[in-house]
Amino acid sequence: MSKKVKKYDDDPNTTGHSWDGIEEFDNPMPRWWLWTFYATIIWGIGYTIAYPAWPGIQSATAGVLAWNSRADVVADIAAVDEANAPINARLIETDLTEIAADANLNSYAVSSGAAVFKTWCAQCHGAGAAGAKGYPNLLDDDWLWGGTMEDIHVTVSHGIRNEESDDARYSEMPAFGRDELLGKTEIAQVANYVMSLSGVPQDASQVEAGAAVYAENCSSCHMDDGTGDIYQGAPNLADAIWLYGGDYATVYETIYNSRYGVMPPWNTRLSEAQIRAVSAYVHQLGGGE
Amino acid sequence: MAILDKHKILETNATLLLVCSFLVVTIGGLVQIAPLFWLENTIEEVEGMRPYTPLELAGRDIYIREGCYVCHSQMIRPMRDEVERYGPYSLAAESMYDHPFQWGSKRTGPDLARVGGRYSDEWHVDHLRDPQSVVPESVMPKYAFLEDKRIDGQYIGDVMAANAIVGVPYTDEMVENAQMDFRVQANPDADYDGLLERYGEDINVRNFDGQPGVSEADALIAYLQMLGTLVDFTTFTPVANR
Repeated sequence: MSKKVKKYDDDPNTTGHSWDGIEEFDNPMPRWWLWTFYATIIWGIGYTIAYPAWPGIQSATAGVLAWNSRADVVADIAAVDEANAPINARLIETDLTEIAADANLNSYAVSSGAAVFKTWCAQCHGAGAAGAKGYPNLLDDDWLWGGTMEDIHVTVSHGIRNEESDDARYSEMPAFGRDELLGKTEIAQVANYVMSLSGVPQDASQVEAGAAVYAENCSSCHMDDGTGDIYQGAPNLADAIWLYGGDYATVYETIYNSRYGVMPPWNTRLSEAQIRAVSAYVHQLGGGE
Repeated sequence: MAILDKHKILETNATLLLVCSFLVVTIGGLVQIAPLFWLENTIEEVEGMRPYTPLELAGRDIYIREGCYVCHSQMIRPMRDEVERYGPYSLAAESMYDHPFQWGSKRTGPDLARVGGRYSDEWHVDHLRDPQSVVPESVMPKYAFLEDKRIDGQYIGDVMAANAIVGVPYTDEMVENAQMDFRVQANPDADYDGLLERYGEDINVRNFDGQPGVSEADALIAYLQMLGTLVDFTTFTPVANR
């Protein structure tokens, strides 16, 4: 408060409003503020001329720059596609089994495949591809439908047991309990037998009877020794890897109600190059054959 | 600037000020909003859009009730990163039968505009029951109770009639058969010819939640599996200069 309050003897220059003796100055706006304000108005007018703005009867003015968001995204995508076109063409032309041999191509396929995997596959198979209950682990060498590049490529392209693709991999295990193909005792016996193939059954006394039930009902798909059949998507029952769980209750439930895991076809959503890339990515995760 | 000197008249007459304020707001509103009703490029015509089936409509109501829109948008913006992640950008026509639309404004979870067909029904059941069982890093709450809640579509015909009033082309026949169509869509063993005849051949008729009867999970999954699948983008080419 060092400055003295100025007195206005000559021209106080007020708005003329007076409330209880209090008056209001009518000083001009600061020049910089005023000119900025005018500049924004001019900019605004220019903007509506340059870009789509004013509505008419049928459509709005297009603007002299003819900008629109759709053309923008099309151009963006085209630019990236064009940049990747040579290597994508190479990826499509190269035999699936030859991709890994071409270091440059393989490195592209695996890293772009990783991006595809994280966008489209991770929700079921997990961000690290370790799967979850009902969704296969892709890190191991236990394959339901085969683990060669060709097999993986077919599975990714057409999916499994879906209604959209006619070439989807298909098989269906009977619901032995629900459809009354086997009695509850028989299911309990065969569940114990299946558990004995890879470990310790819940009730060892039922294993022998279960073997007979198995031979009659299960061996045609899961094979006599329980090693499964990738041509029918029949899981290997003799290893310790379980898709839904290897405890007695889960094995019993699987035999009783069956399972029907579905995978969507991806050839309607992903390009051939993307499918090949993600196949290469999955193949090199550890279990590729 | 003689007219500016007259502002004292406005400022000292409260009623006149109010009337003139309304006038200004009205003009502003008309200029901004009204053209959208007649401009031809507001909503382009696309093939494939149809009113939601009764079960999907019930699923949509559950989607709104549970506040899914708080974390999930249904609006893929025209940008490369969005198109590559979610699919073709959303068209205005794709929400033409939405009252209200579910575009949302916040993505804690991913966009759902094209989630239809992306996952299996079983995945949706697992995911609603316990999202972390399939996506460990997810922060989505559990919606297991949806499977336990039976619904019979008692009022779905009324909801459809209300939608018809605001312009969704539900026919009288659709409204009359609402409850039957509602039931058969979740039961592939039933006679669902009428449903396909009324809504189109591409309707998903499946037991979505894997349990007998119709649960809220059935309705919600039926809705989710339809999202973004109505317009066939293999044959549709958007007009580029919109």
